[in-house]
Amino acid sequence: MHPIILLLVFVVATVVGYLIIKQVPSLLHTPLMSGMNALSGITLLGALTAVGFTFFATSRGELLLGQILGGIAIIAATVNVIGGFGVTHRMLKMFDKKKK
Amino acid sequence: MSHTFYIIACAILSVTVLIGISFLSKVKTAVAGNLISAVSLFLGVVITLVYNNILSAWSIFPFMLIGILIGGALAARVKMIQMPQLVALLNGLGGFASALVGTLSLLGVGIPETDYPLFVNVTSVLAIVVGLVTLFGSLVAAGKLHRLFPQKPVVWKNHSLILNLCLILLVGITVYAAFVGDNPSMIAVALIGSIVISSFFGVAFAIRVGGADMPITISLLNSLSGVAGAIAGMAVNDLLLVAVGGIVGASGLLLTQVMCRAMNRGLGDILTGKTSVTPSKQKAETSKVVKTKTITEMTPVAEVETTPVIETEPVAEVEKVPLTQVDPVPVIETKPVPETEPVSETKPVSETEPVAEAVQEPKPEEEPAKTTPADILTNAKSVIIVPGYGMALAQAQHLVKQLADKLEENGADVKFAIHPVAGRMPGHMNVLLAEADVPYDKLFEMDAVNDDFASTDAAIVIGANDVINPSARDAADTPIYGMPVLNVDQAKEVIICNYDLNPGYSGVDNPLYKREERVHLLLGDAKDSLESLLKGLA
Repeated sequence: MHPIILLLVFVVATVVGYLIIKQVPSLLHTPLMSGMNALSGITLLGALTAVGFTFFATSRGELLLGQILGGIAIIAATVNVIGGFGVTHRMLKMFDKKKK
Repeated sequence: MSHTFYIIACAILSVTVLIGISFLSKVKTAVAGNLISAVSLFLGVVITLVYNNILSAWSIFPFMLIGILIGGALAARVKMIQMPQLVALLNGLGGFASALVGTLSLLGVGIPETDYPLFVNVTSVLAIVVGLVTLFGSLVAAGKLHRLFPQKPVVWKNHSLILNLCLILLVGITVYAAFVGDNPSMIAVALIGSIVISSFFGVAFAIRVGGADMPITISLLNSLSGVAGAIAGMAVNDLLLVAVGGIVGASGLLLTQVMCRAMNRGLGDILTGKTSVTPSKQKAETSKVVKTKTITEMTPVAEVETTPVIETEPVAEVEKVPLTQVDPVPVIETKPVPETEPVSETKPVSETEPVAEAVQEPKPEEEPAKTTPADILTNAKSVIIVPGYGMALAQAQHLVKQLADKLEENGADVKFAIHPVAGRMPGHMNVLLAEADVPYDKLFEMDAVNDDFASTDAAIVIGANDVINPSARDAADTPIYGMPVLNVDQAKEVIICNYDLNPGYSGVDNPLYKREERVHLLLGDAKDSLESLLKGLA
């Protein structure tokens, strides 16, 4: 994909993201932050492709490097994602049960 | 999977992520919002695996499994009180992953052939830089929150100069990355240089932020980790990663701004440590001395002056509860004593006197109250409770809930006033009170409740300091000047359950502690103070 397109996507996403959460009650700052924190683990996708591609690499060094560094990246990002969504869910559950 | 289908799928998932975030910002839909975001991310993983044709690279799955187990265990086990540091830590891991992806793409390992090597190199280095700043900044923040490091801002000599120099070097290394091409030694320089400088920068900038500004720092780091992801996405040419990273980065920044506005502070001031540095070093030192003395000498802070006491009719008897080293809790209970007993003859007074002298520092004193806090609360028709970080530290939220219930049984109207930056994380108080089953419609944001203080019978402060400090309104030379505060001082009676009388993280003394009328201090662990209040009410 052309770099310009990527940059464009970034800018559009930034602006839209900025507009969408204008009014957040401070009540929800923590869950919102931890939810977005979980989303920032999306970098998992990059780690996945790195490990996936190097898995089929012909050069030994590339294979090792990709599997080790990429593997650590996958673990770190997955902890970020699962931990993030998990605690967010726990927190929100606490707000939720009070409705009744 | 065709290219067109992939792009459409990415667009749809970006929209669902946005919907998830906007749902997260409303109470009723928040749970659904979180689930939507999680499902979108899961679908993103599936689509990425299928599109890149790497489903058969089986090594991916054990790695993910390890991450799922660790993450799941963390999420299930963490106590609510530890939430701020966990969020910071997770955030750092996200940044770390982005930095690793950037490293691999800079080395040309595991990325598809590219027609734009310059773009890849620059974005790779940027991903490393932003990712590692996020990682190390978050680690320091988490360490401070977990009390592994001192919470006071650490300021080095020429701190700003060092930081600025780092920034210039980081910009330099990014520019340098544009020229490395595929020259292995130049790539090595760019890689090592960016790793070293950005790691150092992350530590150096976070270490200067004081405990009270942590909420904003964490929120900013959260935003940065999104940006790091987006940049890593550019490096590895992943559309979805760029889009979602951008969304997270931007909304994190907005959240940071919302919080800054609530504190009436510039983001720049916080990052440069201006807001949390104590106004004068002397002050900080003396308050420290007082604190250690209070603990080591087992001194209950109450001190009753002999002369004025004779004038006041209802006499206060001061009960001394000796401290243990493990749990230094000076509890002061004031009880009305039969009028016939002249104070000058009561023993507790003469006992506390020499101790008070030993402390030397002129301490704000507890005036013999005309009515005890328990009496006030028994008669109060409206009560506002102001929780702060002290409540979190003492884990007193359940007792606070009990107190609120009790007051309501007595027919009082109970509200909770939540300052936007109370605690160490945005919304920290809300989460803790929610854990204790306080209904969220009892929680009021500052603007909604601030005018009510004047007509409130009693305000109960639990472990809050800077956010109730009236100096913020008029003491122009203090770092908290201009920060909106809760108008606790306007309530008819103020009961303060704080650990001690030391200034909060801003280092600014709170004049409320010295006010002699309508202020009742219950010093010590919030749990004990609350228990004594509860007993008094029963």
